[in-house]
Amino acid sequence: MPLLSIAIWLPIVSGALLLAFGRDDRADAVRWAALVAATASFLVTIPLVTGFDLGTAAMQFGEKHAWIARFNVYYTLGVDGISVWFVLLTAFTTPIVVISAWKVIEERVNQYMAAFLILSGLLVGVFCALDGLLFYVFFEATLIPMYLIIGVWGGPRRVYAAFKFFLYTLAGSLLMLVALIYLYYKSGGSFDILVWHRLPLSLQAQVAIFFAFFFAFAVKVPMWPVHTWLPDAHVEAPTGGSVVLAAIMLKLGAYGFLRFSLPITPDASHRWTWFMVALSLIAIVYIGLVALVQHDMKKLVAYSSVAHMGFVTLGFFMFNELTTSGAIVQMISHGFVSAAMFLCIGVLYDRVHSREIAAYGGVVNTMPKFATFAVLFAMANCGLPGTAGFVGEWMVILGTVKVNFWIAAAAATTLIWGAGYTLWMVKRVYFGAVANAEVAALPDLDRREFTMLAIVAVAVLAMGVYPKPFTDVMHTSVVELLRHSSVSKIAP
Amino acid sequence: MNWQAVFPIVPEITLLVMACVVALTDLWIPGKDRIVTYCLAQASLTVVAATQLWYFSGGATYYAMQRMVVADPMGHLLGLFATIAMMATLVYARPYAAKREMLRGELFTLSMFSLLGILVMVAANNFLVVYLGLELMSLSLYALVAMRRDDTGATEAAMKYFVLGALASGFLLYGLSMMYGATGSLEMNEVFKAIATGRINRAVLVFGTVFVVAGLAFKLGAVPFHMWVPDVYQGAPTSMTLLVGGAPKLAAFAITIRLLVEGMSGLALDWQQMLVLLSLASMALGNLAAIAQSNLKRMLAYSTIAQIGFMLLGFVPTVVSGNTVSAGNGYSSAMFYVITDVLTTLGTFGMIMLLSRAGHEAERIEDFAGLARRSPWFAGVMAVFMFSLAGIPPTVGFYAKLAVLQSLVTTNLPGFIALAVAAVVLSLLGAFYYVRVVKVMYFDEPADLHPVGGARDVRILLSFNGAAVLLLGILPGGLMQLCAQAIVQMFAT
Repeated sequence: MPLLSIAIWLPIVSGALLLAFGRDDRADAVRWAALVAATASFLVTIPLVTGFDLGTAAMQFGEKHAWIARFNVYYTLGVDGISVWFVLLTAFTTPIVVISAWKVIEERVNQYMAAFLILSGLLVGVFCALDGLLFYVFFEATLIPMYLIIGVWGGPRRVYAAFKFFLYTLAGSLLMLVALIYLYYKSGGSFDILVWHRLPLSLQAQVAIFFAFFFAFAVKVPMWPVHTWLPDAHVEAPTGGSVVLAAIMLKLGAYGFLRFSLPITPDASHRWTWFMVALSLIAIVYIGLVALVQHDMKKLVAYSSVAHMGFVTLGFFMFNELTTSGAIVQMISHGFVSAAMFLCIGVLYDRVHSREIAAYGGVVNTMPKFATFAVLFAMANCGLPGTAGFVGEWMVILGTVKVNFWIAAAAATTLIWGAGYTLWMVKRVYFGAVANAEVAALPDLDRREFTMLAIVAVAVLAMGVYPKPFTDVMHTSVVELLRHSSVSKIAP
Repeated sequence: MNWQAVFPIVPEITLLVMACVVALTDLWIPGKDRIVTYCLAQASLTVVAATQLWYFSGGATYYAMQRMVVADPMGHLLGLFATIAMMATLVYARPYAAKREMLRGELFTLSMFSLLGILVMVAANNFLVVYLGLELMSLSLYALVAMRRDDTGATEAAMKYFVLGALASGFLLYGLSMMYGATGSLEMNEVFKAIATGRINRAVLVFGTVFVVAGLAFKLGAVPFHMWVPDVYQGAPTSMTLLVGGAPKLAAFAITIRLLVEGMSGLALDWQQMLVLLSLASMALGNLAAIAQSNLKRMLAYSTIAQIGFMLLGFVPTVVSGNTVSAGNGYSSAMFYVITDVLTTLGTFGMIMLLSRAGHEAERIEDFAGLARRSPWFAGVMAVFMFSLAGIPPTVGFYAKLAVLQSLVTTNLPGFIALAVAAVVLSLLGAFYYVRVVKVMYFDEPADLHPVGGARDVRILLSFNGAAVLLLGILPGGLMQLCAQAIVQMFAT
């Protein structure tokens, strides 16, 4: 069965059907249809992990069909131990997003749900594509639904944020397009990513390609100093938009480094390691400090995302198995944790309509169930052992110590900054005396919100307590990636 | 009569005869039954399109009229699309023109004559035939733009179009006369052979080339010969704007390839440099000026200038040291670009006409505000057009840009790669104003609360048009293959 194709097209087709037939006067039917479609799309991805062959680093569940004969472009899909997790993460996030929007979105419900379903299919496509052009098409196409999600359902400055998001990302990825075409030429007319992995390239060409990819992926990750679109986009996006942005879209950039930069331009990657490490450390330390001074909860979590993603890029460019696996684990755990943080902010925002930390205080007194979840996710965000946030950070730091103590020491300060900004926020929002009449009147979680947060909480805890399945599945692929990227590709 | 001599030009003859029949029939038809004329015109165009398709599927090349015209697959493909574009234009234009008292017999007759001019240009194998077709098309279009005599804007647009168009024709004719003087022939293949001998005074040839390129640039609307484009696009009634901005682009592409490639590819190094400058200037000015526009038609005019600039890049990778691969790549990508651009242009102007009512022109960008609330379906269709013009996948505009960029990058010359990077950066500017239209439609509150009405045939065709832009974006392979095949066969003869 073409599982990957189903995982891509099931949500896209159901989204298109919702667009065509959904109407606001039967919004409930639209919601249920969206939930069913999203859940079904998640269920079809489960066999990808259960049927995954741990013994090989080759691509699995492959599909290949001719697509554009003139450019020798194929519709090629496949997953390895790395990308399979992102397929699952994407499919897992969509039902959560649908649930989170159940009551909040009352206008143009079908368009909202359809946008997320289509976006989810496109994101799965990005992670499965093994053809450079197919990858690019999915990668760029994700801009359209996200642009509309931010712009239509966003906050007061949504237009500015949507434009900034769109143009920033487009600017980065257009240079990548030139690099893809150049690789097509160099490989004698092939868009196959696996062919590109084996393609010998001069150092000069590698550096040029490396930077073309760098701009595309660094904007998406986002790395300092091209991260400025992210706080705007997060703050203005509706809750679901923030969740997908943080949980999945940021991973596109990091995934791009793994799939393109490291294997295609290994020599350039090694040569420019200092540059990537420097940017990652700036993200970890400087952006961590920036997060500390935010008044807006969403902005704070947005900056904390940038800092966490700094760990991911740091892990990639240390080139050892522990850091690379750690970085990938960090990507997955950040997918759960940041999604959860934004869901929590969404729960509060739906009630009080403010994201300002100062508007809250003592929420634990009126919403004890909610506060339990919120504090759990906050702990995961600052990397408490036993939660998902701990595993990745710990692996990256441990691996980095072996390479360079001082880099590891600088990176490890994140435990201080992370705890600082997260716990301080928790203290101001949840603990203390009830701050005002609005907080005093807060109703606790309803069944829908409880289910939604509980699902994520289970994932966060499970991954924190027993991360072995994750590392097992990715092990062979990571080893192969490192082996591949340690061999020079400079043509004799 | 010698059947062999006429056989290749059956579509043109059919069109000529039918245009006369339509003109005559209309004399006896009262205004309220103009639908008869319309149906007759559409039926004739369908026949013409069908014959073009039949010739194209035959795939053979014929010469006719003492080698004055050539009927080759490239010509048939372009002619086919030009005919289809004209049919779509008439569908979009009919209700719009009816509400503005422009639905007269002349609209159909002149449109058919302008299409005849296009078909003649597309099939020209002789400098004078090119000129003949060009003038036939242009004169019909001047008259069409001026059809609303009591409207000062339209009259002014027609005047500008006429004066500048005449100047351009003069340039072109002057350049062609230079070529004739230097080579002693008007026929493309003979000129090509004469230039290839290398015994001809180069100064005269290059001098002639400059004028030919300037004349073509006028017709294409490339900077610095673009001045007429914004004024005509904005001033003309929208149906006439579409007549000017739709099918004639295919003709402009056809004569560019006939004159520069078939006739003067020996001078490629000279015109290549000119095209690079024209194209960079067009992309820069078109994209920058479009950002500042509040009138959608004017914005689309500047966007057309930028699109033409991008298309011209496809002509840049020319035959290098006898190798036609990169050239074939480039020309077929330019052809794909221009066909898809016409497809998208049809849709955008069709949309403007759909939203226009009697006494209200929906030509400001604000007129599209909140369209997503008034009609989610047509807002979606318009968004597809805008994303396609911006070159965002999965719409066909992306593959058009990709094809042109690919033809530049695969030459592996640093200069061409730099050109590709410049084109990419400039098209990023373009993304801003196209996406702004989407913003207006989706993020703003509607200012105009009228429900979107419009004739049923317009609504259906617009939906198909949008679907075509999207479907060709998902499966662009077929059309690309057709373009490549047409260009390969052109080189082969």
